[in-house]
Amino acid sequence: MASYEEILEKVIGELSALTATDANLTENSELVTELGLDSFKVLDLLMDIEDEFDISMPVNLLADVHTVKDLAERIHAVINTEPGT
Amino acid sequence: MSLFDKFQPLLQDRQSLLGQDVDPFGAPIEEIYSPTEARINGRKTILAGTNNYLGLTFDKECLDAAHAALDELGTGTTGSRMANGSFSGHRALEREIAAFYECEKAIVFTTGYQANLAVISGLANNEDTIVIDADSHASIYDGCRLSGADIVRFRHNNPDDLDKRLKRLGERAANTLVIIEGIYSMLGDKARIREFIEVKNAHQALLLVDEAHSLGVLGERGRGLVEEAGVIHETDFIVGTFSKSLASTGGYCVSNHPQLDLIRYASRPYIFTASPCPSVIASTRAALKRVENGADLRARLWRHAQRLYRHLHDAGYELGPEPCPVIAALLDTREQALALWRGLHEHGVYVNLIFPPATPDGKSLVRISVCAAHTDEQIDKICEAFSVLA
Repeated sequence: MASYEEILEKVIGELSALTATDANLTENSELVTELGLDSFKVLDLLMDIEDEFDISMPVNLLADVHTVKDLAERIHAVINTEPGT
Repeated sequence: MSLFDKFQPLLQDRQSLLGQDVDPFGAPIEEIYSPTEARINGRKTILAGTNNYLGLTFDKECLDAAHAALDELGTGTTGSRMANGSFSGHRALEREIAAFYECEKAIVFTTGYQANLAVISGLANNEDTIVIDADSHASIYDGCRLSGADIVRFRHNNPDDLDKRLKRLGERAANTLVIIEGIYSMLGDKARIREFIEVKNAHQALLLVDEAHSLGVLGERGRGLVEEAGVIHETDFIVGTFSKSLASTGGYCVSNHPQLDLIRYASRPYIFTASPCPSVIASTRAALKRVENGADLRARLWRHAQRLYRHLHDAGYELGPEPCPVIAALLDTREQALALWRGLHEHGVYVNLIFPPATPDGKSLVRISVCAAHTDEQIDKICEAFSVLA
């Protein structure tokens, strides 16, 4: 089972590849307003994350996700509730 | 903060990109001469972006049927079917669509958008999961959101990816609703439907196929990809629109599941939308007969589509993966796509301009929809315009 810190590191890695900017990615970086991800890029990121962690994470769980930290916490919660992961 | 502040970035974006020229997202159609020609912004223009695949908008039998219904039944129904009742035309069209697909049940809706909203939100609720192609139409996304179900996306047109995501759902995969489209409207590619059927059967999931762009276009009798692939009866729900090949407005769903009828009493978009006008129903019924006997129109449509696709490919355009009546030229930037759209407009050709995020992979698109009623000379002119602007 991945720790929050491991998840955060992987999320930042995925985001670095996706945004291709020099932005200093931190826990508090805003996915849309700061990193410039449009709605579909966020959804595509979610598919990559599902594959990275071999989990199912429905799109609707993103409703209150604004920052990198929000996303990492949500993934951490899913991993810790999914049977067999 | 004002309610309208959120529109400011949109306004600035439109002003900086579009300026004072004709708006590609609301072109002024001043006069319609035929299914393939109109006056736009003062210029006689070939229509190559109207989804009028079979060119039936001026079909005499459709016009006569609409005129007669208008005279006999009036201009509108003035309300929903639950409140105002079902006209005989509504019921007849439902019987005819069910017979067309050789399915047990059919429901007619007022628009294609509403059909997806009503069917998806009627079938699924917040205890269900819906798995959709990542490149699904907005009406599918909106229907899913309205349902309150968990929404999982799979990679575009990739049955293996669907299989992987259904496996992750475990026991929940059974009875999950999977949604694909017959022909995808952005790039004109066909769903790998036989493989999707195998995957959904393996997981005991249910499959909904949206044939909006493939009704009338694919299959011997024009029933879409499900007919071409021979999987009508392995598909749980088929949804489509009247606004493309059938040249009116409206939508439908057919199914062999008897419970489809219960959506009428459980689906808010169906319950609270005014039913289709009698003239729309009448022209749609006439168009449906023409579609079923429209092998001649489909042959002509595909001949034009193959020719245009080959020409644009040879001219150096990056295109969708396969020839289809939906032909998309992919451009790296919005500015490039806008310049091509404006160039085509100046050459008297109307097409669709589509920007991200509505498009796959952040590309911008200039999209042609071919019409069976195009003449060979019109296809020549479209080819010439693209060549000059390549």
